[in-house]
Amino acid sequence: MKKINNINKVFTFLAIAVVVLGCERGLSDDVQFASFPSDGDIFTDAPVGLTDEFFVSFDPAAGANPDGFGTDDNEAFEGRSSIRIDVPAPNDPNGGFIGGIFLDRGNGRDLSGFDALTFWAKSSTTATVGLAGFGTDFVQNKFAVARENIQLSTDWRKYTIPIPDPSKLIQEKGMFIFSAGSNSTNGFGFTFWIDELRFENLGTVAQPRPRIFSGQDLIQQSFIGTTLGTTGLTQTFNVEDGSNVTVGVSPSYFDFESSNIDVAFVNELGQISVIGEGTATITAQLGGVLAEGSLEITSIGAFDFAPTPTQDPSSVVSLFSDAYTDIPVSRYNSFFEPFQNTLGGVVPVGDQSIISYTDLNFVGIVFNDVIFPAEAVAPVNATNLNTLHIDINVQEALQSGDRLLLQLTNYGATETVGSYLINGSELAQDTWVSFDIPLSSFSGLTDLSRIGLLLFNSEDGPANPTISNLFIDNIYFY
Amino acid sequence: MKIRKKQTLNHILLGFAVLVFLSSCNTDETQTVATFDNLVLEDNFDKDGEIDTSIWNFDIGDGTAEGIPGWGNNELQYYTDRTDNVTTENGFLLITAKQENFNGAQYTSARLQTKNKFQQLYGRFEARIRLPYGQGMWPAFWLLGDDSDGEVWPRIGEIDIMENVGNEPTRIFGTVHGPNFSGAESVSKAYTFDDTRVDTEFHVYGIEWGPNYINYYVDDVLYNQITPEDIEEETNGEGQWVFNDRPFYIILNVAVGGNLPGPPNAETVFPQTMLVDYVRVYQK
Repeated sequence: MKKINNINKVFTFLAIAVVVLGCERGLSDDVQFASFPSDGDIFTDAPVGLTDEFFVSFDPAAGANPDGFGTDDNEAFEGRSSIRIDVPAPNDPNGGFIGGIFLDRGNGRDLSGFDALTFWAKSSTTATVGLAGFGTDFVQNKFAVARENIQLSTDWRKYTIPIPDPSKLIQEKGMFIFSAGSNSTNGFGFTFWIDELRFENLGTVAQPRPRIFSGQDLIQQSFIGTTLGTTGLTQTFNVEDGSNVTVGVSPSYFDFESSNIDVAFVNELGQISVIGEGTATITAQLGGVLAEGSLEITSIGAFDFAPTPTQDPSSVVSLFSDAYTDIPVSRYNSFFEPFQNTLGGVVPVGDQSIISYTDLNFVGIVFNDVIFPAEAVAPVNATNLNTLHIDINVQEALQSGDRLLLQLTNYGATETVGSYLINGSELAQDTWVSFDIPLSSFSGLTDLSRIGLLLFNSEDGPANPTISNLFIDNIYFY
Repeated sequence: MKIRKKQTLNHILLGFAVLVFLSSCNTDETQTVATFDNLVLEDNFDKDGEIDTSIWNFDIGDGTAEGIPGWGNNELQYYTDRTDNVTTENGFLLITAKQENFNGAQYTSARLQTKNKFQQLYGRFEARIRLPYGQGMWPAFWLLGDDSDGEVWPRIGEIDIMENVGNEPTRIFGTVHGPNFSGAESVSKAYTFDDTRVDTEFHVYGIEWGPNYINYYVDDVLYNQITPEDIEEETNGEGQWVFNDRPFYIILNVAVGGNLPGPPNAETVFPQTMLVDYVRVYQK
């Protein structure tokens, strides 16, 4: 039986440093830094040093069920009690999944002497728990770590969640996080128990292999003023039983580096700011180990935006423009299956945005209540409008025979489609060309009362290859 | 040649005074021995990029030339003497297993042995080693009996001082093979580290071998003793003690795949290197 450790340790802040105004000096050897309790226990037979709430649920408004959490004196791996979690069915009126965090009672703990969070768990049926981890405090979540899809068995087994870099955790409040639904049990609720939950120094957590961008070497074009995220951040360790355990890791564990800080730099939250023209490669280390994966950013400098629209907003119905308030649009890339190849969509550039399409064959901007009923929006009544404006900037060399067919579809009693052909000779590489097309020029478009689809088709013609990459901006009727 | 099944020997160690430890020293580095204190072979691998060929031979190939393709265990590596697979650096011997197409094999590695260069009956044999890791790795530090009299395995005897499979990073095992206790019937015992691993730290692996006994130790822990009585007991009287009658030579290798560890998988990281700090042999 485990003793319940006394949790309310009083700790003293020691004099940290003497700041002498007007001069800089290093810290002397006598300086003692403030330190926080280094107790690793979280739950043995009772919560250890946690807040009175013990369990802080995810937001019930987002579907979390706050009622399925408790302790169980009839089940224990060791001692007399364990944590009991009743995972609800998806249609449970009190919430369709369960999850939340445990917070340290004090100002946080010093976990730098541990290498893993461990616990014993068993389940009423074989099931998969969505995630378990630590470092989430519902404030900054700065050092959040999550191991996903933990397979539970119906007997007690020990689970290990490695700490990506313990030296970062000198004052951590987020002691535990979990989230569980009934995806793995075909929607049937189940119960699982957790016992002997603690941070440990196992000595067998080894062979770190951090990754950024999921270990891929990515290449991306960008512009001054753009902010890009770092994704696919993981740390993998080989643990005592010889298996590799991968955890998702928040950016603050990594030390990011840019090969050219005049082009791009990364802050500690992993946000990449593009500030100049040129090429910069983003790499990272975790605990002194170079992460697999990188991002090569080629910044083509200041973005050449399309001309600012001049139409009076009161006479405009805008689908996409920073100059006007856009009407609701369900998709800026239709992703029509199975024949559409086109990728891309809305791309932020500085404080504005454009549409960038790549691998174009055809693509639609969808703003109707017919094609995707789950995303229904009102179509445009253009009965009193007469022109479609659009700015197009082709991102490749134009070839003889290139053309771009624009089609508007009206979803009236019968569907009617109107077409307007732009020839390649009217477009230019890396240059914005503005079109103001009378709706009467869309041949075949007789009814204007329910226009709900604008299609771009570069494949419809004799040219091969066709236009594949373009930017589009300022799409509006007036 | 080394197909085997684990058999745990539940020996009562009879207070055999084999090792005397100084409490003040780092047992990783130093062990004081009462019985074998005459150092007769020492290779500290201190010359960068140069293997001492007055001590070591290189086994080359996949075993076909020796009449045992896959070295008798369906191992997957092709042994070479290239610097890529075997070299010395910063005072360590490096044996590196690589994933590459080479002479029909998917992996390369190295195997060093001291046949006809250093052979000895009895003594203390030890090496300080950091092992590779990952599914499919099979590093070993072992001895084979001299076969120059025409005798063949397993009658020549095999003493595996340390073996490990890379998917068990906290466990090594020591084994003997002889007539009627070879391969799957060999006599073996495992040692498991509590709070450290074989691939992150150097550990000393050794035996103390004398007439009618072989003692196995790891660092400062004597974890097994094998005697003719044990062989008799384990083999129902069939096995024959062949460790009193001929000198043995030393082998260091990293095999890839094979019957014991199974093949590498997608998670196995290559290259993998076994680092040997030293090999030492003592006599009385």
